[in-house]
This record gives sequence, structure tokens and C-alpha cells, in this order.
Amino acid sequence: MTEKVLFGRTKGLLDVEMHYCPGCGHGIVHRLIAEVLEEMDLLPVSAGVSPVGCAVFAYKYFACDMFEAAHGRAPAVATGIKRVHPDHCVFTYQGDGDLASIGTAEIVHAAHRGEKITTIFINNAIYGMTGGQMAPTTLVGQKTTTCQTGRDRDHCGAPIRVAEMLATLEGAAYIERTAVNSNANIIRTKKAIRKAFEAQMARKGFSLVEILSTCPTNWGKSPVESMQWLESDMLPYYPLGVFKEV
Amino acid sequence: MMILLKINSEKCKGCRLCERACPKGLLHLSKTSLNAKGYQPAEISDLLSCIGCAACARTCPDLCIEIAKQEEAQ
Amino acid sequence: MTKHLMKGCEAIAEAAIRGGCRYFFGYPITPQNDIPEYMSARLPEVGGVFLQAESEVAASNMVYGAAGAGARVMTSSSSPGISLKQEGISTIAGAELPCVIVNVMRGGPGIGGIQASQGDYFQSVKGGGHGDYRLIVFGPASIQETVDIMYDVFDIADRYQNGVMILADGLIGQMMEPVELPDFKTAEQMRVDKPWAAIGWSEDCGKPRAVINSLYIEDWELESLHERLQSRYRDIEKNEVRYDTYHTEGAEIIIAAYGTISRVAQAAIDEMRDRGWKVGMVRPITLWPFPSRAVYEAAAQPTVKKVLTVEISAGQMVEDVRLAVNGLKPVEFLGWPGSRIATTDEIMAKVKEMREG
Repeated sequence: MTEKVLFGRTKGLLDVEMHYCPGCGHGIVHRLIAEVLEEMDLLPVSAGVSPVGCAVFAYKYFACDMFEAAHGRAPAVATGIKRVHPDHCVFTYQGDGDLASIGTAEIVHAAHRGEKITTIFINNAIYGMTGGQMAPTTLVGQKTTTCQTGRDRDHCGAPIRVAEMLATLEGAAYIERTAVNSNANIIRTKKAIRKAFEAQMARKGFSLVEILSTCPTNWGKSPVESMQWLESDMLPYYPLGVFKEV
Repeated sequence: MMILLKINSEKCKGCRLCERACPKGLLHLSKTSLNAKGYQPAEISDLLSCIGCAACARTCPDLCIEIAKQEEAQ
Repeated sequence: MTKHLMKGCEAIAEAAIRGGCRYFFGYPITPQNDIPEYMSARLPEVGGVFLQAESEVAASNMVYGAAGAGARVMTSSSSPGISLKQEGISTIAGAELPCVIVNVMRGGPGIGGIQASQGDYFQSVKGGGHGDYRLIVFGPASIQETVDIMYDVFDIADRYQNGVMILADGLIGQMMEPVELPDFKTAEQMRVDKPWAAIGWSEDCGKPRAVINSLYIEDWELESLHERLQSRYRDIEKNEVRYDTYHTEGAEIIIAAYGTISRVAQAAIDEMRDRGWKVGMVRPITLWPFPSRAVYEAAAQPTVKKVLTVEISAGQMVEDVRLAVNGLKPVEFLGWPGSRIATTDEIMAKVKEMREG
């Protein structure tokens, strides 16, 4: 009898337990990134930059050099790293507060300059780590701790579509939005992450994958209900697809 | 040929995403045991029916599931 | 050795490059634009990288990234931009990284003015960013002194894995003086082991994975960081104090001044000594670590009646002078906030009043 591994643990993640809530999408995406870096043989020359957000501890999980960045500044930190090691693979991992609120200047300018870095952007329409406040990606009508009767479009606008916005910039080489709500979409997410890293290593410019994910704890839903809400409410507003590919 | 599906019950946080993902409805949370963290870990009810599609492993946020194929040596 | 007539900002940039700087991230702001402009042309000539960042905030975070990746990296700005950089500076301090920051001071607060001032002493020396940290701070008085300091600071930053700030001002930045430029440092001279730097990693590479970070969420972890930081600061205090004295021996009045105003004070001292007044000066060159002992010893002489601090501010260094003198002699102040610079006549009038009082 021989045993052939069909689905095993990637070397791209250290054997440490992750602190995320049950059913949180972070764990899924961390694994996909780690698998892609391992498969592309990039781990020995990779450096990741973790955000301020639930994924702040991402620096504990990836099997490569890691940096923790101040809130929103990961693209600037990644720029510094990549300019010193232009042949290395540099990625940022950011949430919606980090990237689309405080870090908007940094992400826009990294894309504008065509920085050869890859950003993995986790959009779960809420601020997780700080306890469920409104994010720039929170949907109109969605209730959070800082819009307790639901986001009011008149008061503070409608959510921002980051992938579409960044795709307008010349320096963006690969921009795609995916989701982790189904087996098929998880597979597509991995392919998108791979294409993004390939764009970086081919020096085509800036690459970003926006990944729709869940926050069961702050949405007040079970993990399964959260995936259902992603499908029913987030997908219609945030269409999946490739927005830029050079 | 048999699929060997291993679930690390100590790492499992009982989120049920694997249960939702399994196309054959083979995964459920244990009704009889709790792990050290206090979660009811996921279990496979009928290993022989597993087709090794790995949808469960792919969606598990905690990398609890490993899948291997056991074959007769050639 | 040949002297070149150079504008301060350009001399700062050239000296930095000769001292090993190969990465510069900055943003335009008066009166230091010549630094990024010079760097943009000169760095590529020596195989370095210049990048104009989208803001001073972003620039300080690019410095963090490059420093963590093992580079000799620098940024520059002027007062309002240095306020923006405080987040990056605090993060760099918490992550124990080396870097060099040049502040070409202008009048503040807020948008303020664009002429020279010394209003950022507190910000630099007492920590403009949050948390318990220290920057090594230099306050040069001439372009040559700034050049000599710029040449050394990358070594100092690497030696202590600490940020170093050069507190210049708009006068130093914009005036031209003859300078001797040092030779380019060789790779051998600059070689510093940085096992903590992010240069790539695999399990069998023989060193731990680099984690460049300032988050220490467990209280005992944060305490360990502070033990390391405080130990580092004690070493710096022991080894890096720099100051100069001018006719302090047997003086009746001691003047304390740093930077360009010290040159006005020196001219005033020369005039006063011509009149037979015994006036001398202690000129701090490092503002942190502050030359407390030198100030105290000068003031403690039995001949000394009083101490006068002269600054281009509402009085910031004077507080450290008072701490150093420790109540032994009266410490008075002359200066104006903004960009009004005391004249030799005004200094002499003040000293006259102090001698007679």
C-alpha cells in the first residue's frame, strides 16, 4: 500500500497556531499565499509586510522575513524593502481599514509608481481588530458600532471599490477581485494570487488581489451565515473579476 | 483505493465551513467530544464515501485537514 | 585639501553619500528642497536609489522598510514635515533600526515661516513621537561641521541600531560656505554585521528569520524591549557626547548656545573680551546626549556669576541647561520664537545687564 498526499500542509506557513476567530477568512488566504510562494520557490527571497488589524500577527505565521508596519503604511514599507532588494518578492497583506482608510495615499501611490510589490487586500466590510467599527467598505445599511442604525449614504457616503479605483492607474499591472465563499472561488483566489506574484516577478508593475472575506464575530453571524451574507450582499456590490492585466 | 482524511481535532475551532463545503455532506461537528479549547471538532461520518475533492481542506481556515490517497502498490 | 564653496543642503547630501548613504526617501519642503533635488541626481551616479515619496509620512515608512532590509538610508525635511515623520520615527525606535533624519528647521508652529529657527529642540530631544525613546541629536553650527557629522552618522546609527537626527536650520541649509569634503567610505569601512536585517531566509540558512517589528503585546515582551533600549541609551550617553568650549576658563558669565546662533554668540564674546569682560561659551554639538557635565563644570567654576542661554526660540534648550546647572548658578535666557535672531549688540546688552545685576 502506498500513500500519496492529495492535500497537505504548505511549508510556507510555520507550524504555529493562528489566532483568528473560528471561520475567519484570514486563515484561508494566508494558506493560499503560502502555497503560491512555496510553489513559485520564492520563500527564501520573500518579505511580507503585515498591517495593523486582525492580521497584525501575520508576521508570526509566514515562513519568510516579515515586517510589521504602522497602520496603512505597508505599501510604503514594502517600497523601502523592494528598492533595497529589487530581486526579492515583497508583499503586503492589508485589511479594509488599513488599506482603504488611513492607507489610501500609500496604496494609490504604490500603484501609481508601479511599485513592483503585490498587495493582498482583505475586504470584509468592517474593522475587525478594534471591535467592529465602520470601514470605508461597509455597505449602505450595514450596522456597525460606529453606524449603529446602518450606514447612511447621505451622512458618510457609499462604500469604496478599491480594485476598480486602482485599475485606473497606469502603474497597476494586475488587479483582480475574488472571494473565499466557495470551493470554486477559493481556487480562483489562489490563481489570482499566483498571477499577481508573477506580475511582480516579471517586473510588470504593481499587483493587487482584493479578496472578499468574512468577519463572523463583528458581523454577529456564524461562520456559515457569514459566507451566505457575503454571497447575498457583498457580491452584488463588489463584482468579481480581473480589472487590469498588462 | 481509499481516501485518508485526517482532521486535527485539537486545532479545529468548530466553524462548520468544512461541513458547508463538503459536496457529499460527510462532515459534521462531533456530538460527543470537545477539544481542549472547548470546541466540538469536525468529524467525517463516512470515510468510504469521501471522494478526496479537498473542498473541506481548502476552506478550513486553520489547516486542520490533510488528505491522502491510499493505493495498492503497483 | 581642496575646498568647495557649497550650499549647506547640497553639502549635507554629498557628505551623506560619501558616508555611505545609498537610499533616500523624502518630500519637497522649504528650506531643504536642495537635499532631495541633489540626491535625485547624485544617488543614481553611485548606484543608490532616490525616491520622492507621496508625503513625509510615507517617506519615514519607506525609511523603516529600507532600514529593516539592511540599508544605509536617510530622509530629510523641515519642521512641519518632521511633525509628519514622528510616526515613522517612533516605529523605527521601537523596531531598533538605524536611520538618519535631517531637519532643516524653520519657524513654527503650524505652517509657520520658512526662515531659520530653533523651535524643534523639544520635538527632537524630548521625543516628538510617542513612547520612551531617544534619538541621537546633533546641532551643528557651520556647514563644515555639518559635513563632518553627516559623514559619521551612518556609522553611529549602525553601531547603536538607533535613529540619528541632524538639527540644522534654514541658515545652514541655504547659505554657502567653503567646505572640505571627506573621501568616500570604503565597503570595508562601512561593514557592519546586521544579522537581524531582512535579506532573505530559509530554514537552513543559519540565522533566525528576520521579524522587523515594534508590536510587543505582552507586557513582559515590551519590558524586554525597554531594557534593550535603555541599555543602548546609557551606552550612547557614555560614548557620544560632543561639545565645544570657548574661553570658559575663569569666565564670569557662561553662554550656552548651539547651531548658528552660537556663531553670533561667539562674535559677541570676542567683542566683550576686547572690552575686558570675562565671557565664555559652552557649545553643545550633541543635543542628545546633552553635555550636562560640561555645562555643569563650566558653571561651577567659582568665577562664574551667571549662565545665559541664547536660542532662536522661546527657550527650549535653556531647560536642559537649567537641569545641568542644577540650581548652582542663575540661568537666564535671551531669544525670540519664530525667526528673529539675536544680534551681537543684543547679546552684549543682556550680558551687561547680567554683570551689573
